[in-house]
Amino acid sequence: MEFLSFLVKRVLWSVLVLVGLSMVIFVIARVVPGDPARMALGPRATPEQVAQLQTELGLDRPIVAQYGLFIEGLTRGDLGKSLLTERPVNDDIRETFGATFELVLCTMVLAMGFGVPLGMIAAYWKDQWPDTAVRFFAIFAAVTPSFFLALLLQILAGYVLHLLPTTGRLPNSMDFKASWTGLLLIDSVIAGRLDVLGEALRHLLLPSIALAAATMGQMARLTRASMIDVSRQDYIEAARAFGIPEWLRVTKYMLRPSFVPPLTIMGLEFASLIGGAFVVEMVFAWPGMAAYGIRTILQKDLNAVMGVVMVSGVFFVLVNLAIDVLVGFVDPRVRIRGRR
Amino acid sequence: MTDIPLTNAYQNWYRFSRNPTAMIGLVIVVVCVLAAILAPYITPFPDHVGAVTNFRARHLPPSAVNWFGTDNVGRDIFTRVIFGLRISLLLAVVVLGIAIPVGTILGMAAGYFGGWTEIVIMRVTDIALAIPPLVMALAVAAVLSPDLLHSMLAIASLWWTWHTRMIYSITRQLRTQEFIEAAETLGASKFHILFREILPNCVSAIAVKTSLDCGFVILVGAALSFLGLGIQPPTPDLGTMVAQGASFLPDYWWESVLPGCAILFLALGFNLLGDGLRDLFDVEDVR
Repeated sequence: MEFLSFLVKRVLWSVLVLVGLSMVIFVIARVVPGDPARMALGPRATPEQVAQLQTELGLDRPIVAQYGLFIEGLTRGDLGKSLLTERPVNDDIRETFGATFELVLCTMVLAMGFGVPLGMIAAYWKDQWPDTAVRFFAIFAAVTPSFFLALLLQILAGYVLHLLPTTGRLPNSMDFKASWTGLLLIDSVIAGRLDVLGEALRHLLLPSIALAAATMGQMARLTRASMIDVSRQDYIEAARAFGIPEWLRVTKYMLRPSFVPPLTIMGLEFASLIGGAFVVEMVFAWPGMAAYGIRTILQKDLNAVMGVVMVSGVFFVLVNLAIDVLVGFVDPRVRIRGRR
Repeated sequence: MTDIPLTNAYQNWYRFSRNPTAMIGLVIVVVCVLAAILAPYITPFPDHVGAVTNFRARHLPPSAVNWFGTDNVGRDIFTRVIFGLRISLLLAVVVLGIAIPVGTILGMAAGYFGGWTEIVIMRVTDIALAIPPLVMALAVAAVLSPDLLHSMLAIASLWWTWHTRMIYSITRQLRTQEFIEAAETLGASKFHILFREILPNCVSAIAVKTSLDCGFVILVGAALSFLGLGIQPPTPDLGTMVAQGASFLPDYWWESVLPGCAILFLALGFNLLGDGLRDLFDVEDVR
């Protein structure tokens, strides 16, 4: 029951955040530029053409009515038409989102899968050489620009060692469309194409390492700090006195509570991860939503830009909701007291 | 959080200088700032900042004359990297110059007054947190035109959220402490309580956060200019240089790798410095 009311509260906050986000985006795209129709058509368009596009976009109505239209479109999942591709923005985003989602998912798995164990290692051997090594790694991971790391990986693994492919999701010769979930890793398994799965993994590796490094370092740092914090608690001492085996004490009694701060931060860090995806997708010619966003931004295609920013925001809010629920699950104190 | 009074400067300096990584960070930051300020006097080819071309000297590898080699129009990369530091540092100063005061005041107000003030400020903060700064800067660049000022404003318009959250949680802890109650009982004004009682207790946390943030703002700015949305050429910018050099990889590797290393170096300096300050002031919860 407590958990349910915690859940309801969190969902309501999320909806509120999304409404606020839609206002911010609306202001940026519709109010700031003055005349979006003129901007989209360029200086050489005739006044008639501008007026026609204005009617088409509903720009001749009052601002509040325009916002109403925008919200109504959003609730129907309609983001308007892209001026660049001349297709509905939803279709463009639906097609590209899978690639970005796959990249981000793989990145989170890498960041957690390596960051948390590294943090545990550092905490266990505190102030000894493994700790120093992990801290060193964490600092460098945090301060290396993701685009720079992406380029370095490309040179090293692609051009010098010829180990891994450096662009795209699949080789051009491979004809496969991820039509069920948009995720190649899942769709290739459904279709029984293990060759596609292998290639998809090979293509995924470099971009997700480039994107994961900073978060991985951050995870290692936070896990280390909270593990050390927890290890000073009385109940860990008690566990030792009861003769609970070392490995069980570390992995179960210490890891579970230590997991909460890194997990919460991971949610907030997720925003910078999405930002990083824009850069990494450009470098690796990854056919994702971020790359689409950059293309449309350069073309001043406002509907598409609004769509991309809104979907990024929704993605962020949903991930944070999921993480909060997970944290509430791991740590009972949170769901009773509330996080904030 | 235990605060060490900043008055005991010598003791603090002694402890700080015993921390080797913090000292390395400080040296890097000082060297970079001095180099940026003195750029026209210390660089070998200060005129290469503009749109100079010298096609006979293009794509030269690093040598005693051109320490970092030359780019595709024959300009000295070392000179341009030193001047590029100016843009990165300017970005950090402007963004944080806006974000820190705004974030601090909002955080103190939300934490101290509570009630509706708290709800409104913290919800707006939540909304702003849902937009990645880089994406915001891209959107603003799409609407206005891509240049440094717009990017700085876009990043600053979201960056205050982190400071608000931090100051808010510190203020909440302070609000119930005796010295605040004492001040209230003595009839101190709200202004006095916020700026004379609470603010001094936030200073060490702000110092740590500022130093760490400098590094991150520089990274975001570099990413923006890498995408072509920062300051426009021919003004040297580290991110732009990496992007331009990338088309000549891997043969002329120095053209993008060395400017990239410069960004890394600068961000590393601020990070080590921030970590050192965190150990010094013992403010663990600041990231």
